[in-house]
Amino acid sequence: MKKFKRTFLGFLIPAILIAGCATTPEEHILDLSENQLKLRSIQTRSFDTNDKEKMMRSIMATLQDLDFVVNKADYELGIVTGTKFAQNQVLKMTVIVREKDKNSLLVRANAQYGIRAINTPEPYQDFFDALGKAVFLSANQID
Amino acid sequence: MAKERLLVLALFVFSLAGCATVPVSALKSPETSLKSRQIEMRQFDTQDELKVLSATASVLQDMGFTLTEVERRLGLIVGSKERDATVPGQVAMAAFADILGAAGGSSSNALSQIDSVQTILVSCVTRLNLEKSRVAVRVTFQRVVFNRMNQVSRLETVNDPKVYTGFFDKLSKSIFLEADKI
Repeated sequence: MKKFKRTFLGFLIPAILIAGCATTPEEHILDLSENQLKLRSIQTRSFDTNDKEKMMRSIMATLQDLDFVVNKADYELGIVTGTKFAQNQVLKMTVIVREKDKNSLLVRANAQYGIRAINTPEPYQDFFDALGKAVFLSANQID
Repeated sequence: MAKERLLVLALFVFSLAGCATVPVSALKSPETSLKSRQIEMRQFDTQDELKVLSATASVLQDMGFTLTEVERRLGLIVGSKERDATVPGQVAMAAFADILGAAGGSSSNALSQIDSVQTILVSCVTRLNLEKSRVAVRVTFQRVVFNRMNQVSRLETVNDPKVYTGFFDKLSKSIFLEADKI
């Protein structure tokens, strides 16, 4: 009986954990369940420059250095999109540049790998490190 | 014994709790980035970025690409084309496997798995160098290969230096300038 109980528990716990992970397909349309504020700070950095064109060109160069193909870019809207093939999966990334104030720019990046959004800080940190080197500026964490 | 089982269970639980399996190094600079930059990038002795961009567009057109995206201000051209991707050797092997399967009494369908169509994507970015004296062009080719069932069978970035040399040869002829390695 005791053994049965333990086995039962052994299955129940993973089952609950899996269920915790699951969402209905429709929920993914807006994907608002994540901690938005935290995600925003992971994906955003500010740079002390107001040269939007240089920033955008550096973003494109950085994406290319990271083996991305740049698919789209629009200066007016400040959007750059790139795609990379990694381990037979598609890694897509969109970077948006907008003015924070007169002397600084906000850069927000978001990426998805296959059918999953990348929500962990490390990949974004790597990206902003590379971008910072390309523009000779440090990427500042936003509050 | 019980410990071992607990460990297995714990590992199982952890692996599920992780939920996502995005490779940690997804956006890390690859060690080969300098090498691929040398392959994919050339510099031209001109300050006229627009001239280089428009020459790039016409070279891509020569190669049969349709241009899908252009951004003049940032120096970007993106194009794509669909072409046949059949490899004769692969067809022969698949046919052989199917015949063997049939002879053995099973219904294998290797012929439907062979490469059939490929989409070739190209992206060119031009940029004035820091001294604003020369224009650098960086080009990347990607291939998406579909099998006969119309499923994606391969996604790859083209790494063959010959492809890039060929492209830059055409480009330098088109703008009457030597393409210099970086």
